[in-house]
Amino acid sequence: MEWLNRMLRKFGFFAKREQANRELEEEMRFHREQAERALRAEGAPAQEAHYKVARAFGNEARLGDESHGLTSFWFESVGQDIRFAARQLRKNPGFAATAVLILTLGIGAGVTIFSFVDAALIQPLPYKEPSRLVILHESNTLGPHFHLSYLDYLDYLHRNTVFQSLDVYGTFGFMLQTPTGPQPADGASVSAGFFRTLGVAPILGRDFRPGEDQPAAPRVALISYAAWQRRFGGRKDVLGQTAVLDSHPTTIIGVLPRSFHFAPAEPSDFWATERPDGDCEKNRGCHNLVGAARLRPGVSFGAALADAERIGVQLAQQYPDDDHGRGATMMPLTEAVLGNVRPLLLVLLTGAMLLLLIAAINVASLLLVRSERRKREMAVRGALGASRTRLIRQFVTEGIVLAISAGVLGTALAGVAMHLLLGLFPADVLATMPYFQQISLNPRVLTFAALVALVAGIVFSLLPALRVLLADLREGLTEGVRGSSGLVWRRFGSNLVVLELTVAVVLLVGAGLLGKSFYRLLRVDIGFVPEHVATLQVSGTANTYGTAPQQISFFRQLGARLATLPGVRSVAFASQLPIGDGDGSGNFRIVGQVWPSDHNEVLIRDISAGYFSTFETRLLRGRYFADDEDTSRQRVVVINQQMAKTYFPGEDPLGKQIYLEGSPKEAMEIVGVVDDIQEGQPDAAAQSGMYRPLNQNPDNPNDGFAVALRTAQNEDSVLSSATMAIHSVDSGLAVFDPVTMTQRMHDSPSASLHRSSAFLVGGFAGLALLLSVVGLYGVVAYSVSQRTREIGVRMALGAQRSAVYGLILREAGWLAAVGIGAGLICSVAATVLLRKLLFRVSSWDVPTLAAVAIVLAVAALLASYLPARRAASVNPTEALHAE
Amino acid sequence: MVKIMAAKSELLPGTLDMLILKTLTRAPMHGYGIALSIKRVSDDVLKVEEGSLYPALQRLLLQGWVKAEWKMTETNRRARYYTLTAAGRKQLGLELTQFGQMIGAIARVLQDA
Repeated sequence: MEWLNRMLRKFGFFAKREQANRELEEEMRFHREQAERALRAEGAPAQEAHYKVARAFGNEARLGDESHGLTSFWFESVGQDIRFAARQLRKNPGFAATAVLILTLGIGAGVTIFSFVDAALIQPLPYKEPSRLVILHESNTLGPHFHLSYLDYLDYLHRNTVFQSLDVYGTFGFMLQTPTGPQPADGASVSAGFFRTLGVAPILGRDFRPGEDQPAAPRVALISYAAWQRRFGGRKDVLGQTAVLDSHPTTIIGVLPRSFHFAPAEPSDFWATERPDGDCEKNRGCHNLVGAARLRPGVSFGAALADAERIGVQLAQQYPDDDHGRGATMMPLTEAVLGNVRPLLLVLLTGAMLLLLIAAINVASLLLVRSERRKREMAVRGALGASRTRLIRQFVTEGIVLAISAGVLGTALAGVAMHLLLGLFPADVLATMPYFQQISLNPRVLTFAALVALVAGIVFSLLPALRVLLADLREGLTEGVRGSSGLVWRRFGSNLVVLELTVAVVLLVGAGLLGKSFYRLLRVDIGFVPEHVATLQVSGTANTYGTAPQQISFFRQLGARLATLPGVRSVAFASQLPIGDGDGSGNFRIVGQVWPSDHNEVLIRDISAGYFSTFETRLLRGRYFADDEDTSRQRVVVINQQMAKTYFPGEDPLGKQIYLEGSPKEAMEIVGVVDDIQEGQPDAAAQSGMYRPLNQNPDNPNDGFAVALRTAQNEDSVLSSATMAIHSVDSGLAVFDPVTMTQRMHDSPSASLHRSSAFLVGGFAGLALLLSVVGLYGVVAYSVSQRTREIGVRMALGAQRSAVYGLILREAGWLAAVGIGAGLICSVAATVLLRKLLFRVSSWDVPTLAAVAIVLAVAALLASYLPARRAASVNPTEALHAE
Repeated sequence: MVKIMAAKSELLPGTLDMLILKTLTRAPMHGYGIALSIKRVSDDVLKVEEGSLYPALQRLLLQGWVKAEWKMTETNRRARYYTLTAAGRKQLGLELTQFGQMIGAIARVLQDA
């Protein structure tokens, strides 16, 4: 009860603290007057009595403060401190603005990147127990991640003992019937249990029922939340509506949750069922699906993989025609979803944290210099009665005010920057990273921002406070600004600058390597000349061009029509364009070689006769084929250099006969060898590939093909006229994705990843360079200002200006050399992190390391030249008279 | 004038509160009066520093051991008079007992030596 009473009394004092202060003052004044009067009564002169009493009373301000401190609440003086801190920062707007700006940039960068990391790596994937989900692929001689066939899937499904459920998805999209004709729509086909395997339930309507993926069942589809909003206005009556997908009327039965995404199949508006009655599905050699499985409880990834591999081996033995050389591969679903962004994000996070570190060091240096300058102020305040704790608290308050303002501004900056950053990715690439759509300043990101600000606040308040604690306050009064006062700071500040330079080197090296990778990627030999090539995709749903002659005649007619367009120099058609997903392969055998040889998987492209001349691909041997080489003539094929090297080492492939597995009667003669056209992503390794004449392997135009046009000048302008020309030949065809080849390369996923990482780390490095150079300048300039007198003495004693230059530049040069040296060592270690993001650049790239060292050395020289010049122009007389 | 400056610094810790409380048992007094009274009664040996007096008075007020009110002095000046409260009287008794015990203990130690 007693404490309660005391608390109440304290509140009473607090409520009337103005009055209490006045009363205390009056009381003490009364005391002094009485004492003076008593002294005068003893005969002392009035003046002497006054001083004597004042001395006896001591420091009245501190006395008041002490008495007040007893009765006041701590937050009263904190309020004063904050007001004072704000006043201090306002009084020195240059300092405040610089510090807040630097820190805001640092925190902004950190929080922005963290929000990406949070969205991708911290937020759990929108599935039930995602750690038990795996993706099942088949490997072949081209690589580990190829599709399964439907029949293989059924065997994996029935023979495995490790999956609680196994489903498949295929990501080929649909042609959607619209009032204006067929349009391509993003979509996937899945087996009926797919969403149950993921542990996802529709928010509207229902999931597929078991058996709804069988031929007899009516066709049904789920739609994504985004498609529901975009295509159906978010109306509830979407359930039961019919969408015509690939000419099949399909009933919409459900809407998936907003949070749902499945990156390996995104973007996807329509999720229809994968049915066993398709042409491809009946053929074990037609690989078009990927497995998605949930492991049984308690089954480890390794055990599951072993079981899948066992089945893979069985299938290869059982069905050598279709599965020889194939095997099962598996990866966790999280890896399939995040595999390519994880290294990028980790590098960016590291970069942002390093930038934040530099920013913090810079602000800490600023604060230290300021605390040095304010030494005198502190000494005076101390003498006037401010207690040491109060002085320290002042610094703490200033540090916290600084950190909080920068934290708030930095978070706001991040809120803007995160959306700008998304703009670095082309829409198509962003669609494959659906988790970034949920990026926001969520509580986790805000907590992170608060933590960063908190740590910054603690560091910024403790550093200068430490100075007060360590230094004798009186020193500040007696010593003035002369002598060794700055020594502590100079040493500490120098260390900070070395650290800053080190970090800057690491970031610059990282940016240099990534930039060089990106440069190499854009200039990688792709086997064709991408400039002045326009491309379009064409597909349809009509039941036309049923026979080979009809198909051949269509392509001839369309080719002739496109060739007449102004600016078009040559026209080519192809089953797929270069710089794609590097998919679309088959197995071939060499006539006369004993079977079974190896299972030879190569890329297969069917192209028109003008293809190589349109892409300006170098012919290495033999000849291209001609337009009149059709089914009536000897089958021919052109192979690429990689295939020639791999399968005909030391032989002349020309004249050799090869055939695709399953069609031994359709042997083709190799008539030419061309350069390796990059069919996959620019950073992928060259793969074996063959190019067959379209006219000998005609395909229905409605099943989709690509058009490439080489133009005389601006390829952009042909895109719309080409679309019209195609429609003039057949208005029922959908023409989509009109894009120039250079744009296609620019927007490719690998280019986007390399570009965004190079740009971002480059941005961080640029800021880091700026900040560290400013930091070095600060240290050197401060050192010069402290040594003005010393320099004056030296010059009075006959030192030449050049010697003074040398003196200052040597100091700066030493700092820069240590920083750069340490930085180079650290970068060699740090770039290990980068290895996954580098393309044809080793993390040991000497030119990059050297360039960074030179850039920093020059920047450091410039930063120290200015203060050195000031030092050298010191007037000895003035310097000695000063102070 | 002989100054016994030593006395003030040797004031045992915590005794100032007790001296103030004891002084106030005689009559309500203002701060200057308290200081003067302690000085006089102790024959100028104990000199209360003004610097400790007012913080001490604030402390006592906060504890509720004294009350303060503004009154007129004989010379017609406004001054703040402190009065001992019942709680203060109890506290004084407590402190006197403790102090007595301590003095006794010290004395015994000194006699033995």
